[in-house]
Amino acid sequence: MAHVWGMILKRLALGVVTLFVVSILIFMATELLPGDFAQEILGQSATPETVKALREQLGLDQPLLTRYLSWLGDILRGDLGNSLANGNSVSELIGKRLGNTLYLALYAAAIAVPLSLTLGILAALYRNTFFDRFANAAALTSISFPEFFVAYILIFWLAGAGGIFPSMSNFRTDPTLSEFLYRAFLPALTLTLVVTAHMMRMTRAAIINLLASPYIEMARLKGMSPIRVIVKHALPNALAPIINVIALNLAYLITGVVVVEVVFVYPGLGQLMVDSVSARDMPVVQGVALVFAGAYVLLNLTADVLATLSNPRLVHGR
Amino acid sequence: MGFLTGLAWLVAIVIGVIAIGWTFRAFTVAISPKPLAKELRTAPLTASFGMVIILIYIIVAIFAPAIAPFSETEIVGREYEPWDDTFLLGTDNLGRDMLSRLIYAARNTVGIAFITTALAFILGSVAGLLAATVGGWIDQLLSRAVDVLMAIPALIFALLLLTIVGTSIINMILVIALIDSTRVFRLARAVAMNIVVMDYVEAAKLRGEGLWRLISREILPNALAPLVAEFGLRFCFVFLTISALSFLGLGIQPPTADWGSMVRDNATLMTFGDITPLLPAGAIALLTVCVNWVVDWQLHRASGLKE
Amino acid sequence: MSADYGSRGISRRGILKGATALGAAAMIAPLGATRARAMPKKGGTLRVGMAHGSTTDSLDPGSWENDTMIFQAHTRNNYMTEIAPDGSLIPELAEGWEASADAKTWTFKIRDGVSFHSGHMLVAADVIASLNHHRGEDSTSAAKPIVADIVDMQADGMNVVITLANGNADFPFVLSDYHLPILPAQADGTIDPTTTDGCGPYKIDNLEFGVRADYSRHDGYWKKDRAHFDKIEQIVIYDNAARQNALISGEVDYIDSADLNTVHLLKRAPGINVLSITGTQHYGLPMDTRAAPFSDNNVRQALKYAIDRQQMVDTILNGYGSLGNDHPIGPGQRFFNSDLEQKSYDPDKAKFYLKEAGLDSLAVDIHLADAAFSGATDAGILFSESASAGGINLNVVREPNDGYWSNVWMQKPFAGTYWGGRPTEDWMFATAYAEGVPWNETYWSHTRFNELLVSARSELDEGLRREQYHEMQAIVSNEGGIIIPMFASYVGAYSDALGHDETVASNWRNDGQRLAERWWFA
Repeated sequence: MAHVWGMILKRLALGVVTLFVVSILIFMATELLPGDFAQEILGQSATPETVKALREQLGLDQPLLTRYLSWLGDILRGDLGNSLANGNSVSELIGKRLGNTLYLALYAAAIAVPLSLTLGILAALYRNTFFDRFANAAALTSISFPEFFVAYILIFWLAGAGGIFPSMSNFRTDPTLSEFLYRAFLPALTLTLVVTAHMMRMTRAAIINLLASPYIEMARLKGMSPIRVIVKHALPNALAPIINVIALNLAYLITGVVVVEVVFVYPGLGQLMVDSVSARDMPVVQGVALVFAGAYVLLNLTADVLATLSNPRLVHGR
Repeated sequence: MGFLTGLAWLVAIVIGVIAIGWTFRAFTVAISPKPLAKELRTAPLTASFGMVIILIYIIVAIFAPAIAPFSETEIVGREYEPWDDTFLLGTDNLGRDMLSRLIYAARNTVGIAFITTALAFILGSVAGLLAATVGGWIDQLLSRAVDVLMAIPALIFALLLLTIVGTSIINMILVIALIDSTRVFRLARAVAMNIVVMDYVEAAKLRGEGLWRLISREILPNALAPLVAEFGLRFCFVFLTISALSFLGLGIQPPTADWGSMVRDNATLMTFGDITPLLPAGAIALLTVCVNWVVDWQLHRASGLKE
Repeated sequence: MSADYGSRGISRRGILKGATALGAAAMIAPLGATRARAMPKKGGTLRVGMAHGSTTDSLDPGSWENDTMIFQAHTRNNYMTEIAPDGSLIPELAEGWEASADAKTWTFKIRDGVSFHSGHMLVAADVIASLNHHRGEDSTSAAKPIVADIVDMQADGMNVVITLANGNADFPFVLSDYHLPILPAQADGTIDPTTTDGCGPYKIDNLEFGVRADYSRHDGYWKKDRAHFDKIEQIVIYDNAARQNALISGEVDYIDSADLNTVHLLKRAPGINVLSITGTQHYGLPMDTRAAPFSDNNVRQALKYAIDRQQMVDTILNGYGSLGNDHPIGPGQRFFNSDLEQKSYDPDKAKFYLKEAGLDSLAVDIHLADAAFSGATDAGILFSESASAGGINLNVVREPNDGYWSNVWMQKPFAGTYWGGRPTEDWMFATAYAEGVPWNETYWSHTRFNELLVSARSELDEGLRREQYHEMQAIVSNEGGIIIPMFASYVGAYSDALGHDETVASNWRNDGQRLAERWWFA
């Protein structure tokens, strides 16, 4: 057990280094983008004088390194800074959106994870039957449609004139739980369709991979029912890759859903990130990038810890 | 009524798939030399159907100019003409023939997706296998670099890079391949890690086999199955990435036709129940399903499960 | 990055600049408005879906650039002057005004008894502070150039006396510009650019940039026959399909912009009206007149004859617009030159002009993104197809929406642009066609044109002034650096539960952006 804690500590330290490098990368990339904040925010109405005045007021005329170090200094003091565009505090901006993003990710995951595990197990159990092929084809079809297109199809069927669900989430501040579940159903369903196939296929593959092992053969020869063989013997040993894929997909649900946010008018972090990048609003870009990277690092860490715990040989060290 | 029609269609499609698959398998088994025929006979109908469709896609892609009734970019009619004898699938929003664009798009899309995925796999699996085999600081360096790249959301990263370098087709291929290769790297490394500790690899090392030989002869063949499975999915994700990029305002340079952008351009029609955007989307979906059916068959063979 | 989900028609970073169009009653599109002519009724919550808007918007009036903020500006604020639905200029916070004989000194009388949402009562100092926000060395306001001519402002009781560097007979029009709302002055004589206060019809209850804004009626609003709704909800819906669905399914009552590709389908939905307004909004393809080959006017003329304008209007605008004649003055404007011959697609003429330029064929790149205007890349493809018949090989380079205005527009020699237009001929020409001005996007300089511009501005004889503006339009059309193939209508849609006056303003979208105070639930 002790070395699990050691691993967590080591990975957390590495995670901090990752965040640091990500912040440098994003800073550089945003710098390399053509145009700066002063030009972008004034857009077509920019004139050389106003651009110059804006740069001076916001300190954008300072050298690159100076600006990065001053941002880094603030971060180390726990201050994410303020948006260049409207002076709002970045932590407040992110706080509001992060909640929305996490709720939606949780909602979608609550449907998608059990669904894909069940389907994956059933597909492994009834492998190469009509059910298996059909579930596979359906899942593959749903991920081969672009997200926004899946969303449009759902809107056409389930929303629109006389539809059951609203075509956009659009809630006012602090919706009740039932209101949230109702209004966010279509975005959650879209995301479910998008992530299910990957997890389901991995579950199926990981289980089938083990079915030729001698110990499974043994269990089967004992006369165990196929479903028990899979759930009791194969699944526990197949958990590591499955957990890994689930973690990757959860990270995707948090960091990659900007398209779904746009279609369903769902105010999440993705939209904030994209808007800030297009305005070159550096403090906000950096803040959101750190949140995304942090979510990724933590989920990965959790997956590794769980995978380790799922394997007694690893828990007790070599 | 709608439900019954849907069911009838479903049954018709299933029968069609089985019939085509069976015919193709019987045909290829008959004309192939013995050892190959034996292999082919193990193909399930789905895999066999998949091979037919992939073959058709390849033929269409290669012979696009000969097959398409009109040119890729020429404006031949008014916008949104209905389906008729001249324009079998109508025209698009600028009055270009839909069928011709779908056919040319096969060439562009499949070509781009294939090159991108191949590049991502070469880059990712070489680096991944190398990291796992050599270990030490090379492994640490590569793994941490990949960690950093993966911590940045793929779509946003792609947008950033493409805005910096410009959206030519070459740049798009390189950027998507780079981002995809991080995913391949992780998989390749994870798979290879389990292999390098095997006795036969140790033995090969003791025999003094060189690094390249070790990787290509001992490790790669045993890591191939999961990599191939991943290839099937990644290949299809490239279309989706292109489509999402074009949703976000980047994407393939017009007037080049590609399915991802064609879905995007016509997608709004879907919310009014017009099925035009289903054509390119369906083309992507059919290919995805078929590629993965073939991959499934190969995986099944590789798993050694007999039943 | 635009990440611009551009995709949503004109990029939401698309910038509309300037006030627009003096629309005369004659150019109002038929609306079927008679049906909605019931007497205005009070009450209800108006829900509006907006196509543009960004989380990087700000309350600073100098930074407003998209429809969400401009709509908000007119919902929350009042201005010195207002452009009426018929296109005439009417008093708002200024009860009246007077000019000196040389049109250099203007005296505005400020309305009495106007209250801000905070309870503060409007005084002359508020006006001076509000205008000063856009002036001076340190100003970052997009409106800086339009108030640059002000040299002095003095309060005299409830009068404000403004002195200009040069005479300008149209100055009161300038004060209707959306960047220039009147905000309360602070003790130090400046305004607070982060305030949500205002003296307009509705006060802001809740505001989340790029997402939504909620308003409720300002009880002390001085206009008694306006502001019929109790509350307003303004929601940003970038995606075309999502916005139209929100209207069809009754999630919103009005959308400011409809997707032209599907507007015919939207029209068929029960209970939905499409609102199409033709004003001075125009789409253009500016060429850098300093750079070869565009420095040769024959090449520019060849390109102007190689574009199929009718096809553009039919395909890109789906018929919702009118033909452009390569100058920025709309057919409804005061001094529009209707005698000028309309250019049409003529590949032979294009070839002729190429020969004049000493060329057999021409190969040029055009740099476009949908940020320039909705459908710009498609327009480029159509242009390229039609130009090939004229011996011109036009290669369309698709640029990212993101950063379009800073990296492509006025940087590449041949690109795309769009203008909301300006309410007066002088304002429009002085903004983008006068030699050396910052938005002269074609780097064009024409001695005769520049002379006419100055003389027409101070010309008091209307007949002579008309002649001069007519000549200027002809010069821009035949020698200018921009191809203006089409004037685009503002196309929105609304539920038939809404009512409005028979005449809908054409100077902007959304009934001159004053929909919140002009419309009602029937």
